Amino acid sequence: MSTTTTQAPANEWPLWEVFVRSKAGLDHKHCGSLHAADAKMALQLARDVYTRRQEGVSVWVVPSSQIVASDPVEKSMYFDPMEDKVYRHPTFYVLPESVDHM
Amino acid sequence: MYTQAMSVGPQETAAKVQSVEEAQAQQAFDARIDAGDFIEAKDWMPEHYRKTLVRQISQHAHSEIVGMLPEGNWITRAPTLKRKAILLAKVQDEGGHGLYLYSAAETLGTSRDQMLDALHTGRAKYSSIFNYPTLSWADIGVIGWLVDGAAIMNQVPLCRCSYAPYARAMIRICREESFHQRQGYESLLVMMQKGTPEQKAMVQDSVNRWWWPSLMMFGPHDADSPNSEQSMRWGIKRISNDDLRQKFVDATVQQAEVLGVTVPDPDLKWNEARGHHDFGEIDWTEFWRVVGGDGPCNRNRLAARVKAWEEGAWVREAALAHSRKLATRAKAA
Repeated sequence: MSTTTTQAPANEWPLWEVFVRSKAGLDHKHCGSLHAADAKMALQLARDVYTRRQEGVSVWVVPSSQIVASDPVEKSMYFDPMEDKVYRHPTFYVLPESVDHM
Repeated sequence: MYTQAMSVGPQETAAKVQSVEEAQAQQAFDARIDAGDFIEAKDWMPEHYRKTLVRQISQHAHSEIVGMLPEGNWITRAPTLKRKAILLAKVQDEGGHGLYLYSAAETLGTSRDQMLDALHTGRAKYSSIFNYPTLSWADIGVIGWLVDGAAIMNQVPLCRCSYAPYARAMIRICREESFHQRQGYESLLVMMQKGTPEQKAMVQDSVNRWWWPSLMMFGPHDADSPNSEQSMRWGIKRISNDDLRQKFVDATVQQAEVLGVTVPDPDLKWNEARGHHDFGEIDWTEFWRVVGGDGPCNRNRLAARVKAWEEGAWVREAALAHSRKLATRAKAA
């Protein structure tokens, strides 16, 4: 029996990212990826792979190629502006004890 | 166990000359690892770290998928509907675990097809425990008790692995894994407490065959495990092979006593001074022979996987062709 050779990526089922909302009131959380031929199959497989313990009331699938992400190399420069704006935090403001519960 | 055969692959040597940027990135990476921080998919990482993880995670995934075969063997012959449903659920979980792990490995820049090709051509390994045959129904109980027990011992520390996608996959797996061990143990308990003499003998025979291979799951002695030190340095491996093996023996001896089975090791005894059980030496000739490809079922397991891949090709191609046709029609409409 001949050994399989690596198939060109064009013949692989595309990769999808899966997001599951575990119960009403919570956010969808990213839980991993899977390969599927199309959106309908991706949803079905996401249910089979990621909700075997009743972890989901809602599933989103997105082609991985559609995810736009911030550049991790630029992480510090990108998020730094948040670091020195201490006046955004409640603890910056000192109030008399009698009204400090605000 | 997924690293049992890590040293079989081509030896990667440490870094070649690094540029200034690379040296800085390496320092930052080392600092994060030392601080117990997590590394995510798109973060800079040493090439050797990436390669080690691709190999370990993919071999872990292969182990789950191949691991479906010895237990799948008994689905049609489970003694009751309850046991059949339980076994189906367990085997289905193993398939799902393989998929979580392939998904984690793919974040490191490898593809599913590449990983499967490595498995099918013998370049990638899977845990050698799955190269043993399931000869009786009792084996299903013993696999749950000992094999899943050993796997759990190895997998819990992996939940704190420095590479976050692997750690997250392990948390999912560990949550699902606990019923795997409990169902196997419970099945054995029923046979040992309420079974016929023949059924009890069947359980003991099964323990006799699976005990030593289960101990082998933890890999070579620490001294013979050259990759362990680097893996520990990188936060991929948290506890040494020998320490994990000792933990497993200590936990399992008491479980064996409750079952009423004998562990097939004449050298097994409690050592008061050490506070642990002493146990006999593993047959390392058998270990390397099975890891090297000459165990009872190696050829059989690989052939089954290659057959499934090749005979399923038309399904994969048809599904893709169908979805492309629908997409074209939708655009034209």
